[in-house]
Amino acid sequence: MRKFLPIVLVSLSIIIFVVKLFYLQIVDDSYKKDAIELSVKKNYTYPQRGYIRDRNGKLLVENQPAYDVMIIPYQTDKFDTTALASLLNIPKNSFKNKINQAINYSWRLPSTVLPQLTKKEYAAIQERMYKYEGFYIQKRSLRNYNTDYAANVLGYIAEVNRRDLKNNPYYQSGDLIGRQGVEQQYEELLRGVRGVEYIKRDRFNRSLGPYKKGAYDTLAQKGKDISLTIDIDLQSYGQKLMKNKRGGIVALEPETGEILALVSSPNYDPSLLVGRKRSRNFTKLWYDTIAKPLYDRGLQAVYPPGSTFKPLTGLIALQEDEVGLNEKFSCYGGYTYARGARMGCHNHKSPLSMEDAVAYSCNSYFAQIYSRSINKYETPQKGMNNWHDHLTSFGLGNYLGYDLPVGRKGLIPDADYYNRAYDYPTYKWYASATISNAIGQGEVLTTPIQLANVMAAIANRGWYKKPHILKKINDQPIQKDKYVKKRKTTIDKKHFEPIIDGLNKVFKYGTARFLQVPDVEMCGKTGTAENKTVIDGKTVQLTDHSIFVAFAPKDNPKIALAVFVENGHWGATYAGRIASLMTEKYLKGNITRKDLESWILNHSLQDEYAKPLSGEPFEINQ
Amino acid sequence: MPKIIAQLDWLTVLLYTIIIGVGWAMIYSATLETTNPEILNFSKPYGKQIIWITLSVALIILILSVESKFLIRFSSIIYVLSILLLAGLFVFGKSIAGQIAWYSFGSFNFQPAEFTKIAVSLALAKYLSEFNVSLKKPLIQIKTFIILGVPMLLILMQPDAGTALTFSTFLIPMYRKGLPHAYLIIGVSVILLFLLTLKFSASAVAVSIVFLSILMIILLRKKKINYFKYFLTVGLGIGFVFSVNFVFNNILLPHQQDRFEILLGNKTDIKGTGFNTYQSKVAIGSGGLTGKGWLKGTQTHGKFVPAQHTDYIFSTLAEEWGFLGSTAVILIYLFFILRLFFMAERQKQTYSLIYGYCVASILFIHFFVNIGMVLGLLPTIGIPLPLFSYGGSSLWAFTILVFIFLKMDAKRKQL
Repeated sequence: MRKFLPIVLVSLSIIIFVVKLFYLQIVDDSYKKDAIELSVKKNYTYPQRGYIRDRNGKLLVENQPAYDVMIIPYQTDKFDTTALASLLNIPKNSFKNKINQAINYSWRLPSTVLPQLTKKEYAAIQERMYKYEGFYIQKRSLRNYNTDYAANVLGYIAEVNRRDLKNNPYYQSGDLIGRQGVEQQYEELLRGVRGVEYIKRDRFNRSLGPYKKGAYDTLAQKGKDISLTIDIDLQSYGQKLMKNKRGGIVALEPETGEILALVSSPNYDPSLLVGRKRSRNFTKLWYDTIAKPLYDRGLQAVYPPGSTFKPLTGLIALQEDEVGLNEKFSCYGGYTYARGARMGCHNHKSPLSMEDAVAYSCNSYFAQIYSRSINKYETPQKGMNNWHDHLTSFGLGNYLGYDLPVGRKGLIPDADYYNRAYDYPTYKWYASATISNAIGQGEVLTTPIQLANVMAAIANRGWYKKPHILKKINDQPIQKDKYVKKRKTTIDKKHFEPIIDGLNKVFKYGTARFLQVPDVEMCGKTGTAENKTVIDGKTVQLTDHSIFVAFAPKDNPKIALAVFVENGHWGATYAGRIASLMTEKYLKGNITRKDLESWILNHSLQDEYAKPLSGEPFEINQ
Repeated sequence: MPKIIAQLDWLTVLLYTIIIGVGWAMIYSATLETTNPEILNFSKPYGKQIIWITLSVALIILILSVESKFLIRFSSIIYVLSILLLAGLFVFGKSIAGQIAWYSFGSFNFQPAEFTKIAVSLALAKYLSEFNVSLKKPLIQIKTFIILGVPMLLILMQPDAGTALTFSTFLIPMYRKGLPHAYLIIGVSVILLFLLTLKFSASAVAVSIVFLSILMIILLRKKKINYFKYFLTVGLGIGFVFSVNFVFNNILLPHQQDRFEILLGNKTDIKGTGFNTYQSKVAIGSGGLTGKGWLKGTQTHGKFVPAQHTDYIFSTLAEEWGFLGSTAVILIYLFFILRLFFMAERQKQTYSLIYGYCVASILFIHFFVNIGMVLGLLPTIGIPLPLFSYGGSSLWAFTILVFIFLKMDAKRKQL
């Protein structure tokens, strides 16, 4: 018996060892990962970020070198803090703080002492830096802007934050990423692909040559250059016109859906968000919660469209065959649509048929044809849904699908919306309850880009292409199905001509009769939208928004645009003028009506914007 | 001389050679500097190991030409000499890493504790094969434990708890020669209770013992039990459990305490004491099924595993040759050790049977403790993998140990 003890002991221990080895080497994968983590280091090479040009090939965004002053604390020798601080041109105390922070962070790893010096600053200190051991200068690449405008379109680049790192495994701490605008939208095109070398290392982090003979190494791929559909001259002109006003301008090329200009006001100089002053400037912009410069009003602001909505009401009534082109409606300075409920109208001749109703913007006319379009159906629900479907075919009431990272849906109410609002079927509702929609008030909400797109659809007589901002990649035009496909509206082509004639008459003798660009047949529509805000818990009406939509020329249109000026009162006053100047600028290249231009440049709405904040009672629509 | 060639157990020699060969390949990989990879660089461990191996061949020839009976006859003198060598360390020894375990002759260091095992083996073989010596007798037991205890104590004083611990392996030949079962049971219980108490707590283990003993009484109530012995055993057990914390806190050194705590999972410390084990596991685990290939281990070449060419040499093997290679080497050890036990059993002389058991047991305890440590199954105890790790003293000691026995085996038919 005693002979078997050794056999049992030896066999048992060997079984345990083999099982443990099996577990360590075959079952558990974590050690393989740990081994690579420990024994392989990655050296990255970062490619140049792609350039951004406008539609005419003007270079908007390129790269500039920047220089970080770095420190590796353990390599430093005793040095003269005062001399170095004065060389770097920073206060001695903050310099000392920086060094202490670096030491606290790591004794052996590099930290930044002074980030992003310009070439000039670098040249000044470069020769004398060698004296300071443990300090060195690291080059990196920053954006350089050749324009002071279009910051909302271009966006900016910043270091990745924790959320980016979690969402996208490509990024690593310290990497740069595009934020807002096309920098964010086309991040993957612009950034290119980082190259990586895998290097074996020992436990002192010394290199031992390439890992697996470089089998996993990749080369950096340069970012792609892109061209935008933006016309930078038109864009900057729009921003100049919008100075001291809040609002947005969206200009599209109707035939292609290309965004010619996307103005949001107030805006900022894109160079503010580059380099050492970036974070201070960004904080300033971010905390301006009143003017909201980082908020893209062209894409994100939802406004009631006001009277600019009337052409759509007209088109729907024509398509539903509920109004004849020569059928006239009388206007008695307003329209009584229910007992005791009356919608006002302004002074104009009466009675009117379709074209003149558009030209004079008659509320009564559009209220009546709206009611007919809804009441054609046996229930208001069916009528409402039909109306809703017509409007969504113009791209309203939902995201438009353009290639920029922000947007809003706006609102086109349907039967469900009113059923909920009126608690149907406990309470019933009828077309008359929704009558304000006819003139673009009530529940309807749109963004400037949506309205510009409606104008493009009207200009094209019944179709549009999705608005988009990317024109070329590496000088090759892009043909993305999504942006090439014609999207048909539900309105037949023949119904557009009378409406377009009406829009043309707006400039001839209607609400914008002084605003036509000389020698250009224009079509447009004014809008004046009531709006409210809440001050100290009370809803207060503010001065109306000034809105204008237009396209030109009437035949073979080249530009369609929507202009919103917050609290600008009449549609023709601010928005109309701006739209007219923008059209002239784009079609003719220079402005002949200098007095019109200087009126806009010199008029500010800052006093208007100050009113609700003043705490004093104030008058509106003066 | 030609006679001995015919009588030698060549299977054992083959296994011995394979182990040394693979071991050298691993030492080469673990200590290679990519800038200067020549094999005969005698300033590098792999180059020195070639010298030790060559000298081993000379030793083998010498041993095979010496009459083994002669060694048995002089075993008492050899034993006394080895004790003197151990004691002499405290006067002439060189202190390395806080241990006085080495005699130093220039660049050559000699560790007498490795050779003490040979002396003790010979002494045990001689004493236990004497007429009328039976380990059933308490007096003989005490005398035997003194033979073991003196060198153990001296080694413990160096202090080298790891090497001292390996002397417990002599319980195997003693058991073969008639040591009562009780010693084995007590030995196993002591180890189990010690670990359980550290893992849980003294009171928890004590309560469990009480609960189990009551259960036993109920189950065995039909049988006659010596209640005095029974309660004495239970009482001693509980007493031991409560003394564990005292032993742990006051006798073990802090780094030894840490090793236990990490093994039992009471502490995780990848940067500190657990570093060796963690790095060793990473190297082993990253080897996978077939390994990264010889000289291609990233962990080995990054020198991430401390003492990799000595105590942690097995991690190089497991990283570069994978599960298949390391299992193969483990199986070679299995054959080698069992072959020695088998050969011991076929001896006609009692002294050579006991000596054979000693040899196999010493190889086994080193193998078991070393691989257990490298795999993270046992606390960190710094002893080499026999015939595999870098080091001349260890290689020669094992070579002498094994070939004295091979000589006895070759001559087993002569009386």
